[in-house]
Amino acid sequence: MKKIIALIMAGAMTLSLCACGGAAPAQGAGASGDTIRIGVFEPSTGDSASGGKKEILGMQFANSETPTVEVGGKTYNVELVMADNGSSADKAPSAASELVGKDVALVLGSYGSGVSMAGGPKFEEAGLAAIGVTCTNPNVTAGNDYYFRICFLDNFQADVLANFAMDKFSAKKAYCLGENGNEYDQGLVAFFKQVFEAAGGEVITDSFPTNNSDFTSYLNKAKSEGADVIFTPVSIAYAKQIMEQASSLGIDIPFLGSDTLDDNMVLEATKGTNLQLYVSTFYQEGGSEAFDKGIKDYIKHNSNAMTANGGNDTISAVTAMGYDAYYVALEAIKAAGSPDKGAIKAAIPGVKYDGVSGSIAFDAVGDAVRDTAYIKTADTASGTWAFEKVQTGSSK
Amino acid sequence: MLENLSAFIPNLPQVFQPTSPLFTVLKKAAVYSLVAVSMNLLNGFTGLFSLGQAGFMLLGAYTYAILMVPASQKEQVYYLFGGCAFDFSLPDAFAAIFGEGGAGGAVGMILSCLIALILAGCVAGFFAYLIGIPVLRLKSDYLAIATLGFAEILRAIFQWQKLGPVTNGANMIKGFTTFSSFNITNASGATLLRLSTFVPFLVSSVCILLIVLLINSSYGRAFKSIRDDEIAAEAMGINLFKHKMMSFVISSFFAGVGGALFAMYVANAQAKAFTSVMTYEILLIVVIGGIGSVSGSVLATFLYVACSEWWLRFLDSEQYIGAFKVPLLRNGFRMVIFSIVIMVIVLFFSQGIMGDKEINLGALIGKIRAKRERKQ
Amino acid sequence: MEYVISVLLSGISVGGQYALIAIGYTLVYGILRLINFAHGDVFMVAGLMGIYFTATMPITVSIPLVLIMTVILGFVIERAAYKPLRSAPRMSVMISAIGVSYLLQNTATYVTGGQPMTYPEIPFLSSTVGVAGTQTKWVVIITPFLVLALVYLLTLLINHTKVGMAMRAVSKDFATSRLMGIRVNSVISVTFIIGSALAAVGSVLYFTNYPAITPTAGAMPGLKAFVAAVFGGIGSIPGAVIGAFLIGICETIIKGLPSSWDVSVFSDAFTFALLIIILIFKPQGLFGEAATDKV
Repeated sequence: MKKIIALIMAGAMTLSLCACGGAAPAQGAGASGDTIRIGVFEPSTGDSASGGKKEILGMQFANSETPTVEVGGKTYNVELVMADNGSSADKAPSAASELVGKDVALVLGSYGSGVSMAGGPKFEEAGLAAIGVTCTNPNVTAGNDYYFRICFLDNFQADVLANFAMDKFSAKKAYCLGENGNEYDQGLVAFFKQVFEAAGGEVITDSFPTNNSDFTSYLNKAKSEGADVIFTPVSIAYAKQIMEQASSLGIDIPFLGSDTLDDNMVLEATKGTNLQLYVSTFYQEGGSEAFDKGIKDYIKHNSNAMTANGGNDTISAVTAMGYDAYYVALEAIKAAGSPDKGAIKAAIPGVKYDGVSGSIAFDAVGDAVRDTAYIKTADTASGTWAFEKVQTGSSK
Repeated sequence: MLENLSAFIPNLPQVFQPTSPLFTVLKKAAVYSLVAVSMNLLNGFTGLFSLGQAGFMLLGAYTYAILMVPASQKEQVYYLFGGCAFDFSLPDAFAAIFGEGGAGGAVGMILSCLIALILAGCVAGFFAYLIGIPVLRLKSDYLAIATLGFAEILRAIFQWQKLGPVTNGANMIKGFTTFSSFNITNASGATLLRLSTFVPFLVSSVCILLIVLLINSSYGRAFKSIRDDEIAAEAMGINLFKHKMMSFVISSFFAGVGGALFAMYVANAQAKAFTSVMTYEILLIVVIGGIGSVSGSVLATFLYVACSEWWLRFLDSEQYIGAFKVPLLRNGFRMVIFSIVIMVIVLFFSQGIMGDKEINLGALIGKIRAKRERKQ
Repeated sequence: MEYVISVLLSGISVGGQYALIAIGYTLVYGILRLINFAHGDVFMVAGLMGIYFTATMPITVSIPLVLIMTVILGFVIERAAYKPLRSAPRMSVMISAIGVSYLLQNTATYVTGGQPMTYPEIPFLSSTVGVAGTQTKWVVIITPFLVLALVYLLTLLINHTKVGMAMRAVSKDFATSRLMGIRVNSVISVTFIIGSALAAVGSVLYFTNYPAITPTAGAMPGLKAFVAAVFGGIGSIPGAVIGAFLIGICETIIKGLPSSWDVSVFSDAFTFALLIIILIFKPQGLFGEAATDKV
C-alpha cells in the first residue's frame, strides 16, 4: 500500500514537472508576445529577508507606476518575475537558473553580495545581464562581465565613514564590530581600518559569532577601551539588538553605521533613547517629493507591502535603490531597442540615468560611478532620520 | 548528456534547454546524493549517529578551493589580505607540464581537478581520524552533539580573520575550476558539448559505487553487525573501535569530496554556507529515503532538491486560477508548505521511501513480466 | 572593575535564561531520550506571541496568555509529532523534531515577513538600574533569583508529588511503569507542558533583555541550552542549571577578553569544545547517573 502511495506521489511530482515545463514560456529572449520579463533575484527568506523585501518593494512600486516600456515603436508590458535566493549561497544558483529558465530579459538584485557572487556565474553562462542593487562587495562585478551595479562599493563607503568620523568627532580611536564570517561586515571593517589608520587613528576590531544576541560585553569593552566612535556595519537584526542594548547600558559614544543600518527597524530601536547614530546611505527621505509621496501611498494601500516594510511607512534607502534599479533596467531596454538579452547587456554600460538616489552611470568594471554618499542621523525624539551632510570620500 | 539535446533537436520544450532549472537541480542533487549516501554509510549502516557532515564538507570545499585558485587570480580573490600566503596552485602546476590550451590544457584541468578532489577527501578523512580517536567512544546522542559541535568549531576557525591569508577569512574563495569549466567550447567561445551536468554525475556515481562495494564487502557486513548489536558483534570478534573508525573516516572522506563538488556547484567556497542547518537537511534526506538504503538516499535527494528549489517555487508569488486570486500565496509560503510536506512524510512514512530495501531493477522487470504472463 | 562587574552581570543573566530552556531539554531527554530540537523554536514562538499579544492587549493579560498558548503549543507538538512515533526508531523521532523546528521557523518567517520584530517593553523589567557604576536592566538582576525560585519549585514538584514520582518512574523504565498503572502518555504530556511553560518564562526574560526577534532567534540559545543540559548530566535539573550558568558566564567572559587577542569569535566554539572535553572525560556530565549496560 505504502509503495503504491509513494509511486502515486512520484507520479504526481513528475506531472508537475511537466506542468512547470509547459507553463514556462516558449523561446524568445526575454519577451513573449507583448510582455517583457524582468527577473528579481532577491532574498525573501533567511537572514537578509528584511532588506530583500524592501528592495523588492521599490521595484514593485516602480512597476506599478510605469508598467509599460516602448521599444522600437511597440509597447510592451513589463512583468517582474521573483526568485527567492534564500539569503544563502547554496540556494542562489537554483534561484538564478529559475530566472534564466523563465526567459527574463535582465535581472535585478540582489541585496547582499554573497548570493550575487553565487548566482553570478549562472547569469554569465546564460548571457543574461544582472544589475546589482545594493551588493557592495568589490568581487561581485570583478571577473564577471555580466554583473553591473548601481550602488557604491564597500571601500568607498568605509572611506566616507572614516572621514566623517574624523571630521565630525575628531575621532582618534574607533571600535569596529562585525559578524564573524560575513564578508560584508568584515570587508567594511577592513577598509575602514585602512583609511582610519592611514590618517593616524587607532582601530580596535572585534567580531561576534553568528546568531549572537548578547552584545553588552562588546559594548562595555568599547566603553572601557575609551573609543571615540563605534563602527557597526552589521545586518539589520544585529543592528537593532545593538541599539537596544546600547541604550540600556547608557552608551554615549556615537555609532557609525553602513547602508544596512538605514532601516526603519533600526530607527525604531533608537526612538526615545539618547543614542547617537549616524549612517551612510544611498538616499535621504525628502530627496524626491514625488517618490516619497508615491511610495508611502503604495505601502498604505497594500497590506503585503506594509508587512514587507515592517509595519510602517518609513522609506528605506534600499527601497529607493530598488526603484532606481527598475528605471535603469527600463532605460537599458530602451537603449537596446529590443527585448533581446544580448542587446540589453550590450546597452547597459552606456546607460545614464538620474534617479532619486542620484545620477547613475557605469564604469569599465560595471560599477556605478558615485562619489558622494548621504550621511544621516537618527532623530531620537521623533523617530525619524535627519539629514546630516553629503560626504565625499578622500580623494583617490 | 541530456543537456545537449537542445543542440541536436530544435524546438524542444523549455525544460530541456541547457539553462533550465532542471540542470541546476540535477547538479545540486548529484552533489547532495553523494553526501547523503556518505551520511547513510555512517548513520544507516554502522549505526553511528554523527551530525558532523557539514564540517567535513567545509574541509573538502576549502581544500579544493585553496588548491585550485590559479596564481593569477589570487590577488583579486584575496583582495583584503593582499594575496594568498599559500602560493601553490594545482592548475598552474599542471599547466606547466601539459601546456595551457588545447588537449594538454584539458588533460591538465581534469588531472588537477581529480587530484584536488581526492586531496579534499583526504583532508576531511584525516581530520575525521583525529576527532574520531576521542569522540567515537561516545554513544548515540552524545556522539551526535559532539560531532555537531566539532562542525561549529571548524566553521568559526575558517571564518577567523587572522587566518585570512589562507582561508580568505569571511570572504568567499572563487575563481577556481567549476562544473561549467568542463563544457567544451570552440575558439570563439560557443559551446560545442556541455558536460557540466555530466561531471558531477560521473564523480558522484563512481563514489557511490565505491560505497556500495564497501557495504557489500566483509567490512560492510561488520558495519551492519555493529549497527544491529554492538555487544554481539564484539563477541563475534569484530574490533568495534577499528571498524567504527573506518566507517567514520571513509564517510568523512566522501563528505569531503562532496564538499568539494558543492564548492564547484556554487562556484565559491565560504564557511557561512556550512551550518548545522545543512547537516539537518542532509539528515532529512537520508531519513526520507530510508535509513540503510543507498538507492533510497539517492532517490530522496533528487525529490528533495527538486521540490524545495524548483517545483514549489510558484507558491512564492501571487497566482491566479482564472480570475480567482489564490489566498495566502506570498514570499516565504513555499517553505511553509515544504516543511509540512516533510512532516507528513516523517510521520506517515517513518520508514522513508525505501525503508532499508534497495531498488532492484532486475526484480522489478521480472515482476512486471510475471504480471503480464498471468494476464495472458 | 566596573567592566568586570558588567561582564559578570550579563554572564549570570544569560546563564539564567539558558537554564530555563535547558530544564525543558533535560526533562524531555530524561523521559523520552529525545533531543527535542524544536524546543528552541518553541521559545522563539513564545517571544513572537508576546509581541503580537501585547500589541492588542494590556500586558497583564498578554503575558499569562503567552504562557498558556506556549503550553498548548508544546502539548500539541508532542501529541502530533512525537506520540505517533513512540514505537519508531529513535532517529525518526529526532527527525520529526527537526521537522517541527523547520516548520516553526518557516512559519515565523512567513508571518513576520522575515523582519526582526521588537519585543515590547515590560514595566519594571525593562527599566534600567545602576549597579556598581554600570547601568543595566532590572531583568538582568532578577533573572538568577527567579530561576532559582522556579528550580526550587520544580524539584519540590518532582520529589514530593504524585506526578513527580510518576515522572521519575517513567524516566527509569518505560515498560515497567506502564505495568504499574502509570499513564505514560499523560506523564509525557505533563513533561512537555512544564518544559514549554519554563521556555515561555525564559522567553519573556530573554527577549526583554535582547529585544530583537528573528525566526532563527531560538536556534542558538536552544543549542547552547542543550549543551548545558549535557554538561550538567542529562536528566538532572540542578546539573542543567549549573551547566547553564557556567556556560553563560564563560561565554560572556570570552566575549569580554581584550580585542587585541581576537578570540571573542570563539565564544560559541568554546562552548562546544568544553562539551566535547566533558563528554570524553566524564560522559555522564557533572551530575548524571552512570548507566550500566546489561547484556
